[in-house]
Amino acid sequence: MTRYLLRRVWYMLITLFIIATFSFFLMKILPGSPLQAEDKLSEEQKAIILEKYGLNEPIPVQYAKYLGGLVKGDLGVSFKFDNTPVTTILMDRIGPSALLGFQALVVGSILGIILGLLASIFRNSPIDFSSTIIAVIGTSIPSFVFAGLLQYVFAVKLGWFPVALWGTSAHTILPTIALAIHPMATAARFTRTEMVEVLHSNYIITARAKGVSETGIILKHGLRNALIPLITVLGPMAVGLMTGSMVIEQIFAIPGIGEQFVTSVMVNDYPTIMGTTLLFAFGFIVIILIIDLLYGLIDPRIRLAGGNK
Amino acid sequence: MDKNNLNNIPKDLFVPLVRKEDTSEKISAPSRTFFQDAKRTLLGNKPAVFSMILILFIIIMSIVGPWMNDFGSDEQDLKRAKMPPRVPVLENVSWLGMDGTLSGKFQGKDVQQATAKANARFDNKEEFIDIKVLNKGDGTRNSAEVEATYRIYEAKDMKDTYFWFGSDALGRDQWTRLWEGTRVSLIIAFVAAVLDLVIGVAYGGISAFYGGRVDNVMQRIAEILVGIPNLVIILLMMLVLKPGIISIVIALSITGWIGMSRIVRGEVLKLKNQEFVLASRTLGTSNGTIIRKHLVPNISGIIIINTMFSVPGAIFFEAFLSFIGLGIVPPDASLGSLIDLGFDNLRLYPYMLVFPAIVISVLMIAFNIVGDGLRDAFDPKMHK
Repeated sequence: MTRYLLRRVWYMLITLFIIATFSFFLMKILPGSPLQAEDKLSEEQKAIILEKYGLNEPIPVQYAKYLGGLVKGDLGVSFKFDNTPVTTILMDRIGPSALLGFQALVVGSILGIILGLLASIFRNSPIDFSSTIIAVIGTSIPSFVFAGLLQYVFAVKLGWFPVALWGTSAHTILPTIALAIHPMATAARFTRTEMVEVLHSNYIITARAKGVSETGIILKHGLRNALIPLITVLGPMAVGLMTGSMVIEQIFAIPGIGEQFVTSVMVNDYPTIMGTTLLFAFGFIVIILIIDLLYGLIDPRIRLAGGNK
Repeated sequence: MDKNNLNNIPKDLFVPLVRKEDTSEKISAPSRTFFQDAKRTLLGNKPAVFSMILILFIIIMSIVGPWMNDFGSDEQDLKRAKMPPRVPVLENVSWLGMDGTLSGKFQGKDVQQATAKANARFDNKEEFIDIKVLNKGDGTRNSAEVEATYRIYEAKDMKDTYFWFGSDALGRDQWTRLWEGTRVSLIIAFVAAVLDLVIGVAYGGISAFYGGRVDNVMQRIAEILVGIPNLVIILLMMLVLKPGIISIVIALSITGWIGMSRIVRGEVLKLKNQEFVLASRTLGTSNGTIIRKHLVPNISGIIIINTMFSVPGAIFFEAFLSFIGLGIVPPDASLGSLIDLGFDNLRLYPYMLVFPAIVISVLMIAFNIVGDGLRDAFDPKMHK
C-alpha cells in the first residue's frame, strides 16, 4: 500500500511538473506582454516595468525562478491587477467555487442515487422510464444551456431567485442546480445499472430466502454493494464540475475561480491563466488520487491488486 | 381422449413412424453474422432509430438550410437588427411566437405611465403598438400593468420580409447562421472523433501487439498523459493557436485519443493470445494480415461505440470553447458562439438563445441515445 501510494504521488509530481513547464513555455510563445497597450512609454519606463515583472531576464532564469516560486506556493504577480500576487487572487475566489462545487456534488449525487434506486426497484415501470429520460437529458444537455433555461424561467420570468451575482444563499440555488444536473444524471444511470446487477446476485437470493424484509434487502444488501463502484465515476464528475464551473460562474457572474479564468483569458493576464491552470490540474490530480485510494480502502479486492502491481 | 381410458387405446391408432433423415440438428433459419445480429438489435431499438433519423435530418438541414432563404450568414444591416422570428402561415398561430411581434409587460403608476414606458421601449412607434390593459392600477408605484405587442415588421416597413428564426444584434439572419453554425459544430465533432479513432487505435494497437519494451514505454507515456486534465490542455492550446476550426480540432484530438488507445490496448491484449490468432500465426500469416483479418474485426464493435460517444463530447467541447470566447471567431458561427450571443440578449430577445440551444440539445441527446443503442447492439448478451 505504501509503495503504491509513493508511486502515485511520484507520478502526480511528474504530471504537475510537465503541466507547469508546458504552460510556462506556451505563455512565452504567446504574443503580448504587460506593455501591450502602453506604446507611449519611454524606453526607460518599459525597462522598469519589465524588470518589475522579471521579464528582462533570459528565459531559463525566468523558468528556474518560476519553478522555485511554485514550490513555495508563489504563482507570480498578475499583469492585470497591479501588484496582486496570483495566489492572493485565487485564494480570494476559491470560496464561492468550492461552495458551489460541494453543494452541487452533494445535491446531485443524493438525488441521482435516489432516482437510480427508484428506477431499479420499479424496473420497466413509468418511474424507470422517466428516470432514464431524465438521466439521458441530464448527461446530454450542455450545462450552459441548462443554466440559461433556469436563469430565464426562474429568475427573469418568474423572479423567484436573483438573476446573478453572489451574496445570500438564494444566489447559490440556481447555479447549484445547473451544476448538479450532470452529477445527478451520472449517478442515476450508474446506480440503476449497478442495482439491477446486484439485485440478481446470489447473496440477495440468500437474504430473501432467510426472510429479510424487502426494504432491508434493497438498502442494506443492495444499495451498499451497488454504491462501491459509484466512487469510480466521482472523478469524471469532479472534472465535469470544473468545466461547468467556468461557464456557470460566467453566466451567473459569480466571483469564483472559473469566472476569473475566463476574464483572464480575455485580457491576456498570463500569470493568472497559468496559476489557474495549475490550480485546476492540481485539484483534478489530487481528486483522482483520493478516489483511487478510497476505492482501495473500501473494496479489499482492489487494494490487493493495487499493492501488487 | 379421456384420461381414464388411456390404457384402452385401440391398437390400430399406432402407426409406425416413417423413417426420415435426422432433422433435429437442422438449421431452420439462416445463420447470421455478428454484425447482422447487431444491426437487427439496433434497428429494433426504436429510440435509437428515431435518434438516427433526427441526426440525419439535422445533418441534411446543416447542408441545405442556409440555401433555403436569401439571407447570407454575414449580411449585416443594423436597420433590421433584433427582428423576432416570423414564419409564413405559422405567424397566424399566436401562441407559437412566430408571428413577428415583440411583446412585453410594463408597469407604472397608472395605465398612461405604463403605456409610455412601453412606447419608449418599442421605438415610440405608437401606431404599431397594441396595448392591452391588464391592471388599471390605483395610483401607487408600479400598480398598473399593460401588455404591449409591437408589430415590428410593419413598423419597419418590411411586411414581405420573413426572418424565420429572427435576426441577431447585427441584423444577420438567424436561420442561416444557425444551420451554418450546426455545420461547423458537426464538422469539428466528426473530424475530432475520426482523429481520436485513428490515433487511439494505432497507439493502443501497436502498444499491445508488440508488447514488451514497446508496450512498457508507450504505457508509461500514456499514464502520464492521462493524468493531465484534458480541459487544461485544450484551454492552453486554444490560447496559443489561432482561433478557428482547425485549432479546435487539434486541441480536441491532442488528448482525446488516450481513452480510445487504452480500450484498444486492453482488447488486443486479450485477443492476441487466443487460439485462433495462434492458429493463424502457425500457418505463417504475416502480422499485417493478422491485424487486418483477425484483430480489427473483433474490436470494431467497441471502436464504433467509443467513436459514437466521442462525437457528442466534441460537440460539447467546441460549444464550451466558443462560449468562453476561445473558439470560433466571427463572422463564422458555431452552436457555441450562437448560444454565447444568445445569452447577451437573453432578457429581451430570448429567441436568439432558444433555437441554437434546442439544436445542440437535440444533437447531444440523439448521439447519446444512438451510442447507447450501439452498445446494446454490440453486446452479445443482449442478442435474442
